[in-house]
Amino acid sequence: MSGLDALLTPLARLVLALALAPLLLGVVNRTEALVAGRRGKPLLQVYFDVAKLLRKGAVFSTTTTWAFGLGPTLGLAATAAALLLVPQGGLPGPVSFSGDFILLAYLLAAGRLATLLSALDTGSSFEGMGASREAAFAALAEPALFLALAALAAHRGGLSLHAMLAGSAPGDLAALEPAPALAALSLFVVLLAENCRIPVDDPTTHLELTMVHEVMVLDHGGPDLGLIEYAAALKLWLYCALVAGVLLPSLPGGLWPDTLAVLAVILGLGVAVGLVESAMARLRLNRVPQLLTWAAALSALALILKVWEAGS
Amino acid sequence: MELFLCALVLILAGGSLGLVLRGRTGRLAGPLGILAGSGLGLVAVLRLLARQEYPRLDLAWGLPVGSFSLGFDPLTLLFLLPCFGLGLACPLYGLGALAHEPERKVRSHWFFFSLLVAGLALVAVARDGFCFLLAWEVMSLSPFFLVSFADEKLEVREAAWTYLVASHLGVLALVAMFAWLAGAAGSTHFDALAWAAPQLAHTWPLFLLALAGFGAKAGLAPLHVWLPEAHPAAPSHVSAFMSGALITAGMYGVARILVLLGPGPAWWGGLLLGLGLLSALLGLAQGLAQGQMKRLLAYSSVENAGIVFLGLGAAHLAARGGLAPAALLAAAGALLHVLNHALFKGLLFLGAGAVLHGAGTVEISSLGGLLKRMPRTGALFLAGTAALAALPPFNGFFSELLIYLGLGQAGMGLRSAGSLAAWGGMAGLALAGGLALAALAKAFGLAFLGEPRTPAATRAHDPGRAELAAMLLLALGCAGMGLAAPWLVTVLAPAAAQVAHLPGMAALDAARDAQSLLRTVLVAALPLPVLGLFLWALRRRLLAGRPVGSSPTWDCGYARPAATMQYGPASFADPLASALGPASGIQHDLARPQGLFPRRAWHRVAAPDLVLDAVFRPAFGAALWAAEHLKWLQHGRIPLYVLSILAALVAVLAWVLA
Repeated sequence: MSGLDALLTPLARLVLALALAPLLLGVVNRTEALVAGRRGKPLLQVYFDVAKLLRKGAVFSTTTTWAFGLGPTLGLAATAAALLLVPQGGLPGPVSFSGDFILLAYLLAAGRLATLLSALDTGSSFEGMGASREAAFAALAEPALFLALAALAAHRGGLSLHAMLAGSAPGDLAALEPAPALAALSLFVVLLAENCRIPVDDPTTHLELTMVHEVMVLDHGGPDLGLIEYAAALKLWLYCALVAGVLLPSLPGGLWPDTLAVLAVILGLGVAVGLVESAMARLRLNRVPQLLTWAAALSALALILKVWEAGS
Repeated sequence: MELFLCALVLILAGGSLGLVLRGRTGRLAGPLGILAGSGLGLVAVLRLLARQEYPRLDLAWGLPVGSFSLGFDPLTLLFLLPCFGLGLACPLYGLGALAHEPERKVRSHWFFFSLLVAGLALVAVARDGFCFLLAWEVMSLSPFFLVSFADEKLEVREAAWTYLVASHLGVLALVAMFAWLAGAAGSTHFDALAWAAPQLAHTWPLFLLALAGFGAKAGLAPLHVWLPEAHPAAPSHVSAFMSGALITAGMYGVARILVLLGPGPAWWGGLLLGLGLLSALLGLAQGLAQGQMKRLLAYSSVENAGIVFLGLGAAHLAARGGLAPAALLAAAGALLHVLNHALFKGLLFLGAGAVLHGAGTVEISSLGGLLKRMPRTGALFLAGTAALAALPPFNGFFSELLIYLGLGQAGMGLRSAGSLAAWGGMAGLALAGGLALAALAKAFGLAFLGEPRTPAATRAHDPGRAELAAMLLLALGCAGMGLAAPWLVTVLAPAAAQVAHLPGMAALDAARDAQSLLRTVLVAALPLPVLGLFLWALRRRLLAGRPVGSSPTWDCGYARPAATMQYGPASFADPLASALGPASGIQHDLARPQGLFPRRAWHRVAAPDLVLDAVFRPAFGAALWAAEHLKWLQHGRIPLYVLSILAALVAVLAWVLA
């Protein structure tokens, strides 16, 4: 691969991610509909929604201040900036360095703080409730994410996302390596929690009392809501790309096969999310911390296995 | 050296003149002297840092023990920065905040403040154990008089006592440690101590004594109990100085002892890392549960002290494992975090002071909607919040990033237990990051956003110019230190190498690598503000010319929403507090409404300090009980006293002869 390609391909995949992220949400919705025996919304519904919302006016609560605008803008900016770091299909992201996963986690945290503050700015007790739950679940998901990435770092011997997710070595599957599998499982749970999917949160519920993420954005409308929906789609894509990086074996090469393979795995993960949502009920709120602790424990197990292996 | 001494003289002269002079000049002499002296001191420190000069000064003194020796080295220079930096901001704030207090109190307040600043500076430059302990004592005693400023209140007097007892228990350990070391060395000079320490058979008791003495000052759990009591009671600029600068004396002490004792065994690093982790997590679990903003911030200081010790521990572990780059990263991260914490915690305590002044309370459950009423304070407080939550591109992120990187490299490079400790440290730091975000969203979101919960909060207003200027100074520092992080890591490298006992060349190489890495990180973090601004502009552009309405917040169609129905501090913390179990220390006092016509019902939520209640209160209760029962010894009859002295002498003589 020539030098220019090495630069352009990650950028091209970033553009692809920015363009296709709403489709991923469409795939999740369509999977759920098919399992439930419905025809479901069009695959491109999220595009239509965002386009419609961006064309609308807005109504702002009299309680709100400029902090209300932080959530939509900084939330999307942080997710997009984090996407710059994510390797897709065996190639490093447009920006890659040793320890980039820490920046990724803290960029997402910046977006989360902005969303929390926008929710609290409305003064609504429902949105305060959502913010408090989101803060709690995100805090407990953080060690699971770091432990999973640490296990991958110990497995592959590198501290950059590119090294951790460079595609499983061809020997991994044959040797039945447990560490990547455990890390992938743990990352998938974090994916479900961070993207507010069942069993942690139900994005389609209609009762404010039971919502987590959706209740935080109740008072947003118009372009603000459009930005938020798009940011949610990007975030789901980002986490799917992380999990895909662990699952996808490194391919013999070729730009197009690589790109198609990573797209297939990401959309396949979308189907998996849809299947989980169809097969499970959401957990009671006080059971969610246990789920996240289990995810962290799985990753910790993977990490201990790697350390033990290196020591013996 | 001359410039530094001039700065000290200016600070002390200001404080003492304020004590003598009357009227307006008496009020102003103290703070202006401290401001001028701190400015001069900052210039002196920065010049020495830039030239990498380390002058020394030994003067004759009339005392039979010790010597008056001062000296600079990279570590000292680094720890002088928070002292003089906050010495610039806090008196500026106090100048405005104390303008209406009675003159008598204000003058003595500034006298003790100048003693605190000068004592802290002397602790950092002292090169003799005796001289160090004297400066330490001056530095430890003066906050007692500063904390008890509002001494008409019972809880303030009690908090001051808690501080005094805690800091003197710490001094006890330090005196024992220095006496032991000086006994072996035959001198109290640091050079002699450093020469003698490696020849001792056991250095670990010295290390543990130092950790107890200095840890108590630094706010390291489980010796942190004075922070959540003293910080809320003190005037806010004093809390800011104590939290940002005074506790760094404890961190300096541990770093200095690590230098003096020479490279210790690896378990020292493990112990530091473990205690740091305990401190970070316990501080946050308890901080999250607090309903009072200054108490919450005090616990956050416990957390940040924990992060610093975690970094020091990781550096020690990595250095003993032969991983020089990892050790440098972790040590530089810990030291950078000391500076960062001084800036953002100073800013947040001053912000809390502005809230206290503007709204009359810092109970979060009585606040709300302050951003509309105190827009400048709110914006500055938000900047401090983002920096404390370690969000890029603010300064807090870069110090934590360095510690994470050090932990990651140590985890990959070390074997078995060391590796697991490093990875565990990383996971713990990640959990601490998530908890800190929740705690800060609570502190800022519930106090500054939403609707005011009480009439007092409705009438809140921004403080005066001096206070705002002090906060702006620190906020600019937070942003500037973030942008300057790649350059700062090379400035910190000599001090980091000193703490971790790294050879100069290896440290230099590692620092250069870290610098280029941080440059990349800075570039990678920039899309966040740039894209954010772009989207903000886009949003305005889209809405321009479209119908934009306003209405009350949607509350499911409920007709009569009230401000007290908003999510409060206790309800916000509840999901995490119940997930963390007893670690948060939340106590519910619940009386449910009963019957058809319920009379009284209440739900009180409190979060007292776990360690204070579980360990220190019972221990002091036992001591008091013992004292009560030994009272018969204190009967006041001189002949019996003399007899008991004689009996004791005879007993000792018999013991020695036997």
